Amino acid sequence: MRTVIKNGHVIDIKSGLNKVTDIVIEDGIVASVEENADILGAEVIDAEGLYVVPGLIDAHCHLRDPGFEYKEDIETGTKSAAKGGFTSVACMPNTNPVIDNETVVNYIKDKAAREGYVHVFPIGAISKGLKGELLSEIGELKFAGAVGISDDGKPVVSSGLMKKALIYSSMFDITVISHCEDMSLVEEGVMNEGYNSTIMGLKGIPSAAEETMIARDLILSEYTGVPIHIAHVSTKLGIQLIRDAKKRGVKVTCETCPHYFSLTDDSCLGFNTLAKVNPPLRRQEDVDAVIEGLKDGTIDIIATDHAPHHKDEKNLEFGYAANGMVGFETALPLAITNLYHKGHMSLEAIIEKMTINPAKMLGLAKGDISVGKMCDITIFDANKEYTVDISKFESKSKNSPFDGYSVKGAVKYTIVDGNIVVRDGMLM
Amino acid sequence: MSMLNSKDLLGLKDVTKEEIELILDTAKTMKMILTSKAKNAPHLRGKSIITLFYENSTRTRLSFELASKYLGATAANISASGSSVAKGETLIDTGKTIDMMGTDVIIMRHNMSGAPHLLAKHVEASVINAGDGMNEHPTQALLDMFTMREKFGKLEGLKVSIIGDIYHSRVARSNIWGLTKLGAEVTVAGPATIMPPEIGKMGAKVFTTVQEALIDADVVMGLRIQLERQKKGLFPSEREYSRFFGIDDKRLMLANKNRLVMHPGPVNRGLEFTSSVIDSDDSVINEQVTNGVAIRMAILYLLTREEQ
Repeated sequence: MRTVIKNGHVIDIKSGLNKVTDIVIEDGIVASVEENADILGAEVIDAEGLYVVPGLIDAHCHLRDPGFEYKEDIETGTKSAAKGGFTSVACMPNTNPVIDNETVVNYIKDKAAREGYVHVFPIGAISKGLKGELLSEIGELKFAGAVGISDDGKPVVSSGLMKKALIYSSMFDITVISHCEDMSLVEEGVMNEGYNSTIMGLKGIPSAAEETMIARDLILSEYTGVPIHIAHVSTKLGIQLIRDAKKRGVKVTCETCPHYFSLTDDSCLGFNTLAKVNPPLRRQEDVDAVIEGLKDGTIDIIATDHAPHHKDEKNLEFGYAANGMVGFETALPLAITNLYHKGHMSLEAIIEKMTINPAKMLGLAKGDISVGKMCDITIFDANKEYTVDISKFESKSKNSPFDGYSVKGAVKYTIVDGNIVVRDGMLM
Repeated sequence: MSMLNSKDLLGLKDVTKEEIELILDTAKTMKMILTSKAKNAPHLRGKSIITLFYENSTRTRLSFELASKYLGATAANISASGSSVAKGETLIDTGKTIDMMGTDVIIMRHNMSGAPHLLAKHVEASVINAGDGMNEHPTQALLDMFTMREKFGKLEGLKVSIIGDIYHSRVARSNIWGLTKLGAEVTVAGPATIMPPEIGKMGAKVFTTVQEALIDADVVMGLRIQLERQKKGLFPSEREYSRFFGIDDKRLMLANKNRLVMHPGPVNRGLEFTSSVIDSDDSVINEQVTNGVAIRMAILYLLTREEQ
């Protein structure tokens, strides 16, 4: 089986490839990258005018399986991921049961192998049951296939436990991913604290709740010498703290999500629960700082934090509504629209943060286009304009604040292990 | 369409100056009905009005029920504890059920900010917000404004000082929106830990001493201090609150000679105001209650009356 991607503009950060050329795929493996490749007997993908990049990797998503299959399951979640151009996704452990043991890791891997449209890499829990009390069996999780550990959705409240998690995980070369939130500052907050929370009479979440915890985790990483990854960074000072730490040599990486560079807390006005997310949407100056952090390399990764919720969990009073938004199918278009077309970043810089950087953080031998390796490739049109329509999402849940949002940039093909999973924007 | 711009009254943030003036003018007539010997008028005859309260209330609820009945409506009430709400039914489902029983107006109080906005989107009936979380309590602010206008003749140029727990107060928010639209100058003061961020941008002047806020005030409005806030550590003690923010006769002297003392109730005597302030000639706390019925009669009438 031979496939040739013809005349696409190939961007591969690892090899530095950045030109119009052809890619030949044979039996799922990248056979060659060459101009004027022989198309005899091959299926040809005409990529003229399109960009061809390593399959996108999402370092942070929620597939809700096992336990919350009414929101999403591995099949629908990976369909949605494929539609968004992701060929690998790392799913967070706040499932039921929690991913804190080998059995659950195996369940996810097996189900993904049977029903998944893209590669699925589970992230294990830092603490047993996400309770923040005792370390989970991190060694077992690593050997079962977990690619990171995190109590995402909740902070590790105890500094002592976080220190132990860092030291213990360093034996197994697995990254600790921290959800930074000081709950004593959050209290009953449901949106960013500021003018908008004041005029809606909603309790605010101060940006300091995120920042104090980032500061703590940076100190613990610096003290132990163990790398740490900060999830979903959303505030100006949080980014500045990470920037300063990186300058000191702290081994910190971090991610942000498309909604933090695309929306402010104005989206919550009118009690719009689709804009309720944690960390909350912030002010314009935070949005600007996120963009600046992406530009100067402080922020390494663009992740989705794809967080599906049933409509009944959103069609509620704002305070009762669930936090989170689906993100797979809007991530790349939003990045291209709000970072590339607005002149903030090159496509290369965006692709780096959605391919090789998440691969490095998670320890995956992916995120590149290399001859001899299994072929995960995403092909997109950077100039196609369309309007986001949530009813067309492959995800089981439609909780996105981007319905009706105009974007410029569309996924055309998603190729996983050489198989065309999305063809001309349609899921196969 | 009703006589107001929207089918609902959810807050004063989104109503116009003209709508507020129409409500206040209509309430004047309603007060005449209310204070007459025969308190039955036909304005709401044939209309069905439901009060749906997710929080305890005596005066607001009673005030709405009497307003409905004085104008000839069929009125019924539901409490969150005595209905399917307690069994976990969603607000939208509860609202649709009420809507399907021929209801013209749903008056709702809810502990969550924005709840009436959600309800209003899903029912045909008019929704009146009788207080939602910390967001708004428009009928209270309207009765406050009615009371002020009755005493001073106009609201423009009035200096209104609101003292207390501004953060948790829907009364404060509605009053700021409404009063500033009608040209009054609003000042707020209270402990900094219960002052909402950036409230100045709503159009209020913010002080952290009660003295500064009281100087030359035409209206001194106290807000109820709730004990559970103190238990959450938002201020150290009631004693300390009343020392720095409580209003006694001496502090009241800082205000204008022709001042009004107002409070949405229920009052903690000796905490927000001393008893002598509450019982002084400046106090219109009891008149506020009467005016509350008149305002609610006016709103019910305006929302249910078809435009001619």
